[in-house]
Amino acid sequence: MNEVLLIYAAALLLAWPLGRYLAAIYSATPTVLDQVFGPVEWVIYRAIGVDPLAPMSWKAYGKALLKLHLIIALIALVILVQQGWLPANPDGVEGMSWDLALHTTASFITNTNQQHYSGQAQLSYFAHLVAIVSMQVITPAAGIAALVAILRTAFTQRDATASTPEGAVSVGNFHADLVRAIVRVMLPVAFITALLLAWQGVPNTFMGARTVTPLDTGTGLAEQRIPVGPVAPMVAIKQLGTNGGGWYGPNSSVPLENPTPVSNFVETIAIVLIPMALVFMAGYLTGRRRLAILVMGVMLSLSALLTGINIWSENQPNAAFAGLAADGPNLEGKEVRFGATATALWGSFTTQTSNGSVNGMHDSFNPLGGATTLMDMFINATFGGVGVGLINFLLFLLLAVFLGSLMVGRSPEVYGRALEAREIKLICIALLIQPLLILGLTATAVAIPGLAQNSNPGFHGLSQVLYEYTSAFANNGSGFEGLGDDTVWWNLSCAVALILGRFIPILAPLALAAHLAGKRVAPMTSGSLAVETPTFAVLTLGVILMFALLSFFPVLALGPVAEFLSLAN
Amino acid sequence: MNHAQSVARISTATPVAHWLQALRGALVLMVLCGGLYPLFTVAIGAALFHVQSTGSLIERDGQMIGSALVGQPFSAPGYFHGRPSVAGYDPFAVSGSNLAPSNPTLRERASVSSSAFSAANGVAPTAIPVDLVAASGSGIDPHISPAAAEIQIDRVAAARGRPRSEVAGLVAARVERPVLGVLGQPRVNVLQLNLALDALGSEAGVTP
Repeated sequence: MNEVLLIYAAALLLAWPLGRYLAAIYSATPTVLDQVFGPVEWVIYRAIGVDPLAPMSWKAYGKALLKLHLIIALIALVILVQQGWLPANPDGVEGMSWDLALHTTASFITNTNQQHYSGQAQLSYFAHLVAIVSMQVITPAAGIAALVAILRTAFTQRDATASTPEGAVSVGNFHADLVRAIVRVMLPVAFITALLLAWQGVPNTFMGARTVTPLDTGTGLAEQRIPVGPVAPMVAIKQLGTNGGGWYGPNSSVPLENPTPVSNFVETIAIVLIPMALVFMAGYLTGRRRLAILVMGVMLSLSALLTGINIWSENQPNAAFAGLAADGPNLEGKEVRFGATATALWGSFTTQTSNGSVNGMHDSFNPLGGATTLMDMFINATFGGVGVGLINFLLFLLLAVFLGSLMVGRSPEVYGRALEAREIKLICIALLIQPLLILGLTATAVAIPGLAQNSNPGFHGLSQVLYEYTSAFANNGSGFEGLGDDTVWWNLSCAVALILGRFIPILAPLALAAHLAGKRVAPMTSGSLAVETPTFAVLTLGVILMFALLSFFPVLALGPVAEFLSLAN
Repeated sequence: MNHAQSVARISTATPVAHWLQALRGALVLMVLCGGLYPLFTVAIGAALFHVQSTGSLIERDGQMIGSALVGQPFSAPGYFHGRPSVAGYDPFAVSGSNLAPSNPTLRERASVSSSAFSAANGVAPTAIPVDLVAASGSGIDPHISPAAAEIQIDRVAAARGRPRSEVAGLVAARVERPVLGVLGQPRVNVLQLNLALDALGSEAGVTP
């Protein structure tokens, strides 16, 4: 328990100064940082051929984002298919099949990192670094850029006595927002984290696999090839950028990827560090610190609630071992050096933030523990993915403003700007596509024989399918990994969920922000709904829980809840 | 950058120019993030932490005998045994079982492990520490719990013909405690414990 409290406290204590630093990066006034990073960025802007000061409308911003992502994805796709003859391939890995390469590209360009392959055996060093690691740095930076654009457009204080058409509202410059996030945040923080991990024993080399002769020759295993490589820089950024895709198939449960309790401490904090820091950043950047406190309070409450249930659940015995071993926590799929509590904490953080890395197998979690990880991903705004998590939260917040205002009979407005039909439509598009797509695809995969490929029977088989699509849409990337998911159906249907789950929740809120920013600001009166209050925080919490529960309670009842009840007998 | 202002300069660039910017952006950023960042990190990290960087390999008598971070299978009664692995301790095939608690296959597998261990060590099934029945997540977990080592001491000592207290002392000396008393679980590295056992044996000329 002390380990859990220590990790929460350390993450918050590190996220606070990082949040201040992020706010300084995106503040309108020049800082000392410009002298350090400015020249590097100037070279990058020149090489790309862009003017970092040119203002962009939301459409121009969104198009620049989409075009860059599309080109990166195409390059990555070619690398994955052709990796067999490309350089830095000491273990002789062959190229990927087209559908697996397509899914992998869609998965990494959407900051999801759902893996239908095992990296140590199916990716060359070149593909790992140039295709995978570069997307692991760029996509969270794009999430930060989108968040900053939305915050500065719709949530900063300003007076507007006349309305502006949304096309004429500047949301900032995409290239400047993106490059600053990469150069000033992602790469420096990842470098420090990678060195900490290398110190703890994560491989950090360009030499190929070494062969060793095991001690006990009577077991039938004549030799072990130890897969290594430039693992440390990848593990650092996959933890920090809510990416989650690791070097080895079972991710950070593998001791080469997460060797010690200290590396586990570092990697667990790295999961939540930047998502938490962005909440602090929002407070400093917009000058609305009480709003940031409200957001952090609601997020921490949700996190503590679901993490607590998960930790309790995983400390219960695994029902399959009754009478076959001494009573103890559920250690199936878990590592001895971490134990059940640290694994459950990681499982909660990784699903709350859309990270998706694991240090134990979620498929073997007890039913209620597995249910909490699904709940985390349905909500997908408890810290959430880098940038996009807070964007999701702000959507819930606007929905709460709308509902709260109607309940007390006021016209809904946020910081003086009226929420009208168009805003509510955009919020609904962004929020409702989630249950529609997840439940629709799950039902399809289960209904048509031969599609699902679930490896566990009964209620849990449904949970496996549900988890895969939930994870894809939430851009999480973890899985109930027993699923036989390297099939054309799974690769293509998940790719659809991945792409819609990434770009709709970025573009719809961006349009919404520009539209809101163009409105005339009404002065705050005693009749305005007070957003920055504890009462409103409770209302927001209620809206989030109700939304997730109403959408998904039936399928939760059929999957993990039914499994729990059947085992309880 | 005053972002409160409206879009003053309307971009006159053509769509082709925008695609060209995207292409140049993709190439520049992929070289920076996928090339320079990992190369720089590996160069610095490998220089600072040389032993760790290649996989914490262990050498004995000039032969690479394993990695401190990769568990090995043991079947001889004179060695301590590690956890069940669905990957057969092959580090290129790392995997967990991914079996749900409700899956009958998991109970069947556990009951095979449980009765085999119970017979080999002469203990009741309900006395077996659960990490010896539950498969690890990676399939190459190098550790077992201290209780899982202690319950094997009688068997190992008998097989090697050494006093129980000597083997027990070896186990006690190799228990790793939580860092700062908080982080992680108490544990024993099975390969390193068995190497220490062999070192005892070679002094007295006894092999397992």
